[in-house]
This record gives sequence, C-alpha cells and structure tokens, in this order.
Amino acid sequence: MSEVRAEMVANVWKVVAAEGDTVADGDTLVILESMKMEIPVIAEDSGTLTKLAVSEGDVVQEGDLIAVIE
Amino acid sequence: MLESVLVANRGEIARRVISTARRLGVRSVAVYSEADAALPFAREADEAVLLGPAQPAASYLDAAAVLAAARQTGAQAIHPGYGFLAENPAFATRVLDAGLVWVGPSPDSMEQMGDKINARNLMERAGVPVSPGTREPVADVAAALVAASEIGYPVMIKASAGGGGIGMSAAADAAQLEAGFETARSRAERFFGSPAILLERYVERARHVEVQILGLADGRVVALGERDCSVQRRHQKVAEETPSPGVSPQLRARMLAAAVQAGEAVGYRGAGTVEFLVDVMAGDFMFLEMNTRLQVEHPVTELVTGIDLVEQQFRIAVGADVSFDPGSVTPSGHALELRIYAEDSKRFLPSPGTITRWAEPSGPGIRVDAGYAAGNTVTPYYDPLLAKLCAHGADRAQALERARAAVAAFEVAGLKTNLEFHADLLASAEFTSGDYDTGLVSRLRA
Repeated sequence: MSEVRAEMVANVWKVVAAEGDTVADGDTLVILESMKMEIPVIAEDSGTLTKLAVSEGDVVQEGDLIAVIE
Repeated sequence: MLESVLVANRGEIARRVISTARRLGVRSVAVYSEADAALPFAREADEAVLLGPAQPAASYLDAAAVLAAARQTGAQAIHPGYGFLAENPAFATRVLDAGLVWVGPSPDSMEQMGDKINARNLMERAGVPVSPGTREPVADVAAALVAASEIGYPVMIKASAGGGGIGMSAAADAAQLEAGFETARSRAERFFGSPAILLERYVERARHVEVQILGLADGRVVALGERDCSVQRRHQKVAEETPSPGVSPQLRARMLAAAVQAGEAVGYRGAGTVEFLVDVMAGDFMFLEMNTRLQVEHPVTELVTGIDLVEQQFRIAVGADVSFDPGSVTPSGHALELRIYAEDSKRFLPSPGTITRWAEPSGPGIRVDAGYAAGNTVTPYYDPLLAKLCAHGADRAQALERARAAVAAFEVAGLKTNLEFHADLLASAEFTSGDYDTGLVSRLRA
C-alpha cells in the first residue's frame, strides 16, 4: 500500500483519477494549485486507487492524505 | 502632483508605490484581502480598505470593489501595480469613467499591446524586428501543425492574451506540439479568459532583454536603458540585471530605438516595457511583447539612473513634466535584482507558510523591496514573490560581490525560500562570466 500526501498547502484544482481506477507509477492523480502554479500529484506506485481523499476546490495542508494505492 | 492614490495591488509592489506616495506627500490608500490584513503594505498606507476574501477573483480582481474603495476614501487616482487589473483595459476605462486618474497608459494602448498577436502585427508594420510566427489566432491542432512547419521547429506555444510565462510551452517537434496545444488552449482560457493561441519561433540560445520606456505627457517617448532577464525558471524571471552583459553598445542603441518606436506606434504614456529576444549566435534581436505597466524588475533601472519610476508615473498621469531631463539620462554602474520566492531551491516548488524570522540585509548599494515581515503568513492564493533583493555597484563585479554578501546575510525562517538557489547562481562560473542565456537555470539544476 502506498499513501500519497500533499507536499505543500494548496488548492485542489482538478481531480484526474477516480476511486477504483487502476493506476500506474507516474500517472497523474490530482492537480493542485498553489501560488499560481499547477502541481500534478503523481502515483508513486502501481495498483488500485482504493481511496481518494480530496475533491476539487478543497484546500490541503502539507502532509494531508490525498490518495491510497493498493 | 496628485493629492491621493489608491494602490490596487498587494505585497511588495503595493508597499513600493505607497513609499513613493509618502515621500511626495501624496495620501495613499491600500486595498487588501482577508488573507493580507497583517501585511506591511496594508499597515503602511494612510488608509486601508478590505476588499473581500483571499481568492483574487473576490478581492484584487474585483473591479467594482476596488472602485467602491476609491469612492469611499475619496482617492483621486488608481495605481494598479503589476498583475491583477494592471493590464485590463476595461478596468482602466471604468476608472476613467468614474472621473479618477488612471496611473497607466490609455486603455487603447493597453488593448493594442495586450493581445500579443495584434502587438506582433503592429510592431512588424512599424518596422520593429519580430520573430517568425502566426499573424492570427491558431484555431486547432491541424492549423498549428501547418503553421509550425512554416515557422520551423522548435516553436513556442503562447496564449495571445497571456503574460507572466503562464501557459507557455516549447515544442521541439510535431508530436510535442500535438501534445501541448490543447493544454495551452485550456490554460489560456482558464487564466486569461481567451483561448487564442499564437505560435512563434523558439530561439534556444537566447537572452531575454527588455527596454524600459516612459511615454511623457508631451508625447515624447524615451528609453531608460535595458534589463537582462535571462535567468528564468518555468519561463519566469528569477534574476535581472542592467546593463545586459550580452548586449554591445551598437545592439543596445538599436534596441532602445526599436523600443521607442514601439511606444510611439501606440501613442504610449507612462511607464512601459518592451521585451525582446536576443539571438546570442546571430547577435540580433526580435520583439516579444510589451508590458503596459510598471515591471517587477524596475528597481534595477532606478538604481543605475537614480530616477524614481513611480514618481514619474504619478507626474505623467496628471500631465506634468518628469523630474529629470529626458535628453540626458546617463546610467551609472551596474545593478542586479534577485527575486526571493517562497519556494524550495532545487525543484522550485511553492512553499507557503508562516514567516518566523525575517532579517533583511543592508549596506552600500543594497535595496530590499519586501512584501512580508516576521509573523506574516504566506498563503497559496498569490504569487510566491516575498522580496526583491537588489544590489548596485560601480561595476558588475562589485554588484555581484555585494549581492553575494547580501544573500548570505538575508535570514528567513518558517518556510522554504530560493535564497540557496541565488547563492548558487552568484557562485556559478556561467552567470559570473556574463555569457549566459535562458537555459542557465536548467543547466545549474541538471
């Protein structure tokens, strides 16, 4: 299992993947926006996206859980 | 001179404008969002009005709220800074229609230059060198592929209504163009409200050099020297210097004359910047775009000329003469600006947070334009610029030496900054030699 967490305070601009999706290492799961920059959140493992903890428009803090891949 | 001015901006530039207003005895009004209430600019102005929530659309981009604040405080003029509403001709028109002084060029000049495709066509007709590119918006991928094969790869994909490097991407071949085109279109729509895309030749070994112009109240346009802005990450500037170490006196004379021509072509009034790409190999230059506002990096020009550009903006806005003799401007020494961003020094990823310690350097030739102080929180809503650290010296070597000491002395804690990147930049052989181009940062970080 691998947990994907936010690297910084940011707004969730786009949710690209959905719970239940099969994802590969390097796939974009979510796109965050902070300080006028888009920051893609990438899967660092291959597997099934069992949890997607954010929705578009959410504000995430550094370390917040974004997704779980199993 | 003006009696009062509302500064429709935030952070370091709002503070910068307020400080000139104060020096000249002009009453200043700040406007701020809920996220910025504790920032120095909101506290240093004579009056401050809350615009709304943190989101730019609900505060700094809310034209009606800004105009209401001007009415409420009886402000005579509006200075837009850069970004936000600064290059929005519809807003400038509303300011003028409300009977206020707009500290900027006419809405018509803004409109003509704001559309990059139109600006390129206008410059081409005026005889200013323009890079090969499209003369009308590129409708779709198919049209982009046809246009790019005529222009020649690599090409730059740009939003016609864009700016600030946002949504720009280079394509080395047809596959990259196909991959990047739709992204560029959707970003153009999202950030600038127009999906119009232009393609132009991308010069790899290029320097990005711009010329500061001032359109005077009597109609003359003068050039106040150039700034080299080739130190960029993600097509955004990180450090600037003047004079450019890559521009010969002959090339400088031609660029300054072309910038004056550009300003004259649109009857320009006030402070503006004409950006050029200098092809290092060919020793030639091409018009890129014109910014119809005060530029972030204007302090380097102020340091070498001794001219307060904001004061000249105020004077020109009310039809008064400038404070210096436009016929005899002689820059002295060398100046550089380092943009201190809230981002890490390796990958340049944003790092919002609360500043727990903030100690600015000082000394001969050092100028710091800061938007924050200890205890302030840097939020994710705005750009990552914390401060501009500027160093002036008798020559480039002295300016670099002063900048190195100042970077080492600048203490910021509580969030990540790119101070370490600037230390590396100032220590690098390539930057120190002066012989660098826009690929410098990626080579430093490779």
